[in-house]
Amino acid sequence: MNRSPYITDAPTVSIIMLKVLLALVPGIFAYAWIYGGGILVTISLATITALVAEAALLKLRQRPIRPYLSDLSAVVTAWLLALALPPLAPWWLVVVGTFFAIVIAKQLYGGLGYNPFNPAMVGYAVLLISFPIIMTKWPAPLILAQTKLGFMDQLQFIFSNALPANVKIDAVTSATPLDYLKTQLMLKHEVYGITQAPIFGVWGAKGGEFVTAAYLLGGLYLLQQRIISWHLPTAFLATLAAMSLAFYTISPAHFANPLFHLMSGASMLCAFFIITDPISGPTTPRGKLYFAAGVAILTYLIRVYGGYPDGVAFAVLLMNMCVPLIDAHTQPRVFGHTKN
Amino acid sequence: MNAIIQFASKLIRGQAAGSDAVHKFHGGVHPDGQKQQSTTLPIAKLAIPERLVLPLRQHVGYIPKIKVQVGERVLKGQMLAEAEGTLSAAIHAPTSGTVAAISEEIIPHPSGLPDMCITLTPDGQDEWTTLQPVDWRNTDKKTLVASLRSSGIVGLGGATFPTHIKVRADGKSSIHTLVINAAECEPYITCDDMLMRERADEIVQGMEIVKFLLGAESCIVGIEDNKPEATTAMAEACKALPDTSVKVVPTLYPSGDARRLIHLVLGIEIPHDKRSTDVGVQVFNVATVLAIYRYFVYGEPAVDRIVTMTGSVNMPQNFEVLFGTPLQTLIDTAGGAKAGTTHFIMGGPMMGFDLPTINVPITKAANCIIAATPDLFAPPPPAMPCIRCARCADACPVNLQPQELYWFSKSDDFEKARDYNLFDCIECGCCTYVCPSNIPLVQYYRYAKSEIIAVDKAKEAADLARERNEFRLARIEREKLERAQKHAERAASGKAEGAKSEEVKAAPEKSTAETPTAATTAGDAKKAAIAAAIERAKALKAAAQTGEMQKEPSAGTADTTDSSKPAQTEQTKEDPANAEQAKKDKQALIAAAIERAKAQKLAAAQAGITPKNVEDASPAVKAEISEIDTIREKAKQAVKAQNPDSEA
Repeated sequence: MNRSPYITDAPTVSIIMLKVLLALVPGIFAYAWIYGGGILVTISLATITALVAEAALLKLRQRPIRPYLSDLSAVVTAWLLALALPPLAPWWLVVVGTFFAIVIAKQLYGGLGYNPFNPAMVGYAVLLISFPIIMTKWPAPLILAQTKLGFMDQLQFIFSNALPANVKIDAVTSATPLDYLKTQLMLKHEVYGITQAPIFGVWGAKGGEFVTAAYLLGGLYLLQQRIISWHLPTAFLATLAAMSLAFYTISPAHFANPLFHLMSGASMLCAFFIITDPISGPTTPRGKLYFAAGVAILTYLIRVYGGYPDGVAFAVLLMNMCVPLIDAHTQPRVFGHTKN
Repeated sequence: MNAIIQFASKLIRGQAAGSDAVHKFHGGVHPDGQKQQSTTLPIAKLAIPERLVLPLRQHVGYIPKIKVQVGERVLKGQMLAEAEGTLSAAIHAPTSGTVAAISEEIIPHPSGLPDMCITLTPDGQDEWTTLQPVDWRNTDKKTLVASLRSSGIVGLGGATFPTHIKVRADGKSSIHTLVINAAECEPYITCDDMLMRERADEIVQGMEIVKFLLGAESCIVGIEDNKPEATTAMAEACKALPDTSVKVVPTLYPSGDARRLIHLVLGIEIPHDKRSTDVGVQVFNVATVLAIYRYFVYGEPAVDRIVTMTGSVNMPQNFEVLFGTPLQTLIDTAGGAKAGTTHFIMGGPMMGFDLPTINVPITKAANCIIAATPDLFAPPPPAMPCIRCARCADACPVNLQPQELYWFSKSDDFEKARDYNLFDCIECGCCTYVCPSNIPLVQYYRYAKSEIIAVDKAKEAADLARERNEFRLARIEREKLERAQKHAERAASGKAEGAKSEEVKAAPEKSTAETPTAATTAGDAKKAAIAAAIERAKALKAAAQTGEMQKEPSAGTADTTDSSKPAQTEQTKEDPANAEQAKKDKQALIAAAIERAKAQKLAAAQAGITPKNVEDASPAVKAEISEIDTIREKAKQAVKAQNPDSEA
């Protein structure tokens, strides 16, 4: 039988996913440092839910459980969703979101390799639409909060929605800079004045910008490891920067500067971890550029003109829909062929 | 964006190497070379084994015609089988001995199926037949190429394409550059490397011959940079040949693929639907060139080759092996296979295949034999789903989208696979090499290709069958028409001659009455015949009227199938005016009959039934009609059976 090649040199799917998880670690540390250890609970909760849901569905679908659980793709989905949720999201929110991501968005479509949409973003979008108030209620970074919740307090809040005595919910939450900027601009304030608020940091959100920087670090690691190609993050960040620069140049008083957009919200997470999901993304090099640029444009438009604080999830899902089209129309020139 | 990238790459390329630049191709992989094991020892000559098994199929093309008989003594270099047809190669006796058998034996092929072989029992004398060296410099090119046809030389890089086809001296191709493929990009294989280290001078002399044969202006040797010794040896030897250079290309699999190599050394991208010769380039493997040298200068046909015996053997080495040598002899000479050896691979680890058994001979295609162990070549872990990571696309040297091709092949969407240029795939294995999901991608492509080819062949066969049937039906109609015409002629001439005969006078009524039936049964073919007959009858009648012919009527005029024809000739003799009128009447009647027949036929076709008047037709006509119907039905069924899902 002709079964060549006999040799291979490729990281397995598990290794690839493991490296993605590894690349998220700096971001998680920064997150825990800025918002408290609650995130570790959220991540654990999401991970367990994801694995249980994945195993149950694999069993239902009569697929081998061990190889598919050990590919770690469910864990990656869980972590990404957990990191996208507000830090003190109640436990059921995490469970519902993760369950939806794994069961509906992934397994019901055929499991690993067959999901047309990014499962984490599907889970996020479902939660955002279903529970908009909880999903937009972000705790203030610990450095800004009037009352600092300890790890045990956060744990208690996550599981029983109870705050320590004498602590009001307003004392621990605050608007996110993207959200604050939007509401203040609607009140006819100008960007310069708005960004003087204490929630704004040097580049983006106070505290949050460190998390973003840690994501960037992890992303660079993935690039160096050749787990992701340069096309997606480069095109995303470049387009987002160009877009915000254009608007900023036209009217600095009404539009935030490019750096703010790059370092706020889920920009970096999106650039290196979300749009780089190969399954729901395009495969051709040119297609990746278009896809990432599309996500960036939509993200910016939703941020600036949309009803949601950040636009990444919807932008990604919308572009996921375009992937077959993008792939079909960006086929590279085959050796010995003239342009199609 | 692309423009920027192109500009940047031009800038980098321009600064890096100038005109001597290597033109990189897309993708490629860097498998571990594993070449050092088999290059520590020089090429050794393998002893003559006790038995040589020579498969007739050792090359691409038709099998050669056996020229010897069992029991015959043959000399070394004697032709055992002669090339038959254009694409074929001869087989020669690798040593002197006796033809022991002509039988089916297992050949080194992935299928593991037996094929016709000539078995030779060597006599140990190794006695050459009378060798006929050719003074190639002073010989007509056509003669040289014809001579090459009986050399048995085929492409020794592994493709085994008959060499004489590549040097057609018919003046049609204008080759300007000869590229010598010395890349040897597959891991483990070192036969070309060692050959260049040891016999560079002879190779270069062979290059001179091939260059002359092709009429090429220049010659470039492409060697991967992992063979410095060979490069030095070849560069030194090439000084003897004008317009010849050695180009070192980066070690990157599959740089030894002809199209990739041409692109690397010349920057020419051969269009997918063209051959290298269309752009004036021809590629030869180093070993092939050496074989050509030996053939012309010493008269030695292809009787042996260099084989790398490596992998899990005690003394990996290159051997000069007579074709037909049992693999076991080669293994034994290399110190035997180490414990744990599970099977043997012929070719390299990227494109080779498992030998079906150890009992196979070394053939012209055998450039390398690897003793395999699970340690060297671990069985692939179970395949996971494709995660669309596109690493395969990054690695594909043809710039295909392997993940899409996989998807289409897996779902049997062969048309789409073809659209995505499946047939440009060279099956190099780069995609599988880099696949994180361990998907045996190349196998999917092989499957899809064979399916498409099978479907195409079936379609071709069905088309051919249909065409043949249509032709047959047309022929039957034509023959019938001719027959009718003949009858008409005969009848007409008979009538004309015996116009005055009383018996025949009675014919008009009868014939007109019969006309509808006859005309309808015979259909359009008859119509034409009738018209022709009428014309001829008229002419004859005119002649008869002049009174030149006053003979007695010939007998047997009326024929049931042609009963309409004689009608026109009647009564015309008596009175020209009368005759004219009668003729018109009859013509009208005939036309009416034809019209009726047509209408009937149409109605029948619409109703899907056999024309009623078939019942009235004569037995001969009926038989003919039913025959045609049967043939039509059969043809329909045959087409359906051969191409059941053509509609799908």
